[in-house]
Amino acid sequence: MRVALFVPCYVDQFYPRVAIATLRLLENLGLDVSFPEKQTCCGQPMANGGYEHYTQGCNTNFIAAFSGYDHIVCPSGSCALHVKDHLHDPKQEATASAIRERVYELCEFLTDVVKVQSLPASFPAKVALHQGCHGHRGLRLAASSEQVLPFYSKPLQLLQMVEGLELVPLSRPDECCGFGGTFCVTEEAVSSAMGLSRVKDYVDHQATVLTGTDMSCLMHQEGLIRRKQLDITVMHIAELLAAPLPETV
Amino acid sequence: MDQHPKAHAAAAAGFLADQQRADWHDETLWFVRSKRDKAAQQLPEWEALRTQASAIKEHTLSRLEQYLTGFEEKALANGVQVHWAADAAEHNRIVHSILAKHHVRKLVKSKSMLTEECHLNPYLQQQGIEVVDTDLGERIVQLNQEPPSHIVLPAIHLKKEQVGEIFHQHLGTAAGASDPQYLTAAAREHLRQKFLAADAAITGVNFAIAENGAFVVCTNEGNADLGAHLAKLHIACMGIEKLIPRMEHLGVFLRLLARSATGQPITTYSSHFREPGPGQELHIVIVDNGRSTQLGREDFRNSLKCIRCGACLNTCPVYRRSGGHSYHNAIAGPIGSILAPNLDMRKNADLPFASTLCGSCSDVCPVKIDIHTQLYKWRQVLSKEGYGPAAKKLGMKMMAAVLAKPDRFALSGAVARKFLGWFPKLAVNGKLNPWGRQRELPKVPEQSFREWYRTHYNPKKTNS
Ligand code: SF4
Repeated sequence: MRVALFVPCYVDQFYPRVAIATLRLLENLGLDVSFPEKQTCCGQPMANGGYEHYTQGCNTNFIAAFSGYDHIVCPSGSCALHVKDHLHDPKQEATASAIRERVYELCEFLTDVVKVQSLPASFPAKVALHQGCHGHRGLRLAASSEQVLPFYSKPLQLLQMVEGLELVPLSRPDECCGFGGTFCVTEEAVSSAMGLSRVKDYVDHQATVLTGTDMSCLMHQEGLIRRKQLDITVMHIAELLAAPLPETV
Repeated sequence: MDQHPKAHAAAAAGFLADQQRADWHDETLWFVRSKRDKAAQQLPEWEALRTQASAIKEHTLSRLEQYLTGFEEKALANGVQVHWAADAAEHNRIVHSILAKHHVRKLVKSKSMLTEECHLNPYLQQQGIEVVDTDLGERIVQLNQEPPSHIVLPAIHLKKEQVGEIFHQHLGTAAGASDPQYLTAAAREHLRQKFLAADAAITGVNFAIAENGAFVVCTNEGNADLGAHLAKLHIACMGIEKLIPRMEHLGVFLRLLARSATGQPITTYSSHFREPGPGQELHIVIVDNGRSTQLGREDFRNSLKCIRCGACLNTCPVYRRSGGHSYHNAIAGPIGSILAPNLDMRKNADLPFASTLCGSCSDVCPVKIDIHTQLYKWRQVLSKEGYGPAAKKLGMKMMAAVLAKPDRFALSGAVARKFLGWFPKLAVNGKLNPWGRQRELPKVPEQSFREWYRTHYNPKKTNS
């Protein structure tokens, strides 16, 4: 099984530790993982900004980078969803379609494809889970509170395998944090207000660590947390599932 | 966006400036959504009901013309007078001409978002007719000379102290009084006089039934009933999308509507009208006003399934924190942001961007409208048609060029990281950078992942 690591552009640039944790996590499960270096960005920032018609270059590049793998795994529900929904190329639609079907968000890959039953991870802390909306409602990583369906949550299922990790309950378990791509700057006031509500929920429930499936949501909330100088550490779910990581990182 | 004098982002920032009120607004609507959740959870068949409702609407929209003419035929046979209006202006003219024929000076109206959309109140007032909205929330915003901020809870943006002040000014209640019971009693007394004095009643229509030409109006206060039964003249205004084929379909929608709106099992009054009462006249004005255009836009036609329950507003974290008036459109919130650009792309180009595309609206919608997907699609249409700011277009074009080529990306990434590292907090987090107003920037790592991968990792495995 050849697995390609799809690292969101901002994770590549600002959160390499998240990509490293993802890589280590997958390799420790015995998978053959490659990082196609030709990858740049899935084109989501442009598409969500209304300029999907400028993303053909990104799409073509993405297809060139990710063709030929059995699975493409991404530590971001948002980027995975974008590829799933919008990766097209009129010149090679069959290849594009194969990639769309093979893209997975990390947690769903672990629960649905690898079918992980246990992890050698340990992370004793009170943790709040923020479910990024695109993964949550877009990829259906978990049941959403609006729907009348049996409860399930793939990220939660994995976090429960981490020794010592205690998940705190939240008042609004699946409310959007307000990041929303360019929304976070074009609608700064609403975006920050939304993020602050989320953060208050973690504080109210005495979480010391905030985790989630999307580093973009976490980056926004981490920005608010650090400005307020709150005692909450922000970590991507891959970092918890791979914990403790070797020091060399 | 810069097309509208007070675009959503700016208006929302204004709303959020009063943080206490904004928090209260958010919490109150979240409470309504939680009530809705409990009500929905009590019906194990909830998702099946949504699917059914969506399918009924789908079917109706696919033969709308047939059902509309069928409805008209039955309504005429029932002794109802039917009128057709192509747009808001024609709707207002028709309503006025009916009122003029009957020399109506005073009328009572029950809540109707369609008449809001058509700006009927100011039009009639200009013709010297007194229009009194009889839904309590509507009356409050009417006295305060502002439009409703929510399709189900029109005065939700006002706290009870503000309502007390409005009533004190207009109805002469005691200064400083804010007890809801006292205020409601005062409003009831005031409205009773208006009901008794009215020459005509205007109502909306929640559901129009093609098979028998009847229609149903849902209220919690019984005001539509009271108005329509007391006055000699009843005018019902409906959009063309209000139709359902048969009586047997009504139950599906009535079960979904109130639960989605407020968490009630059913609205207190679901009043059926079919023919004029003795000595009365009953008119129906059927309005298009852009709906057939929307019907023709394949990506957006689903929005015509909307039953105006307001659930997508209550669940929307952006709406809850920005208030209905920030949407500068009769219908606020997620669904309003789909309907508004259909009416005027230039004026409403900002609205599909007033969303994080979190998808909660689509999951909550009782008729399964793919709301957030339509918002995404509007963004594409608006940008392509040139309604985006020029600077944004240029930025997007440049970004697209960089991201299409790996070497350009690697280089620009390195530059961006250094830039962030070099620039002290003040410069980047200053007032001009919206990110930094309330948030810190991420700490800049020494290496990008790809750099780390090349140097620290087994280089033989590199696939480039
Ligand atoms: S779009 Fe759906 S949720 Fe929103 S008001 Fe209409 S029916 Fe209700």
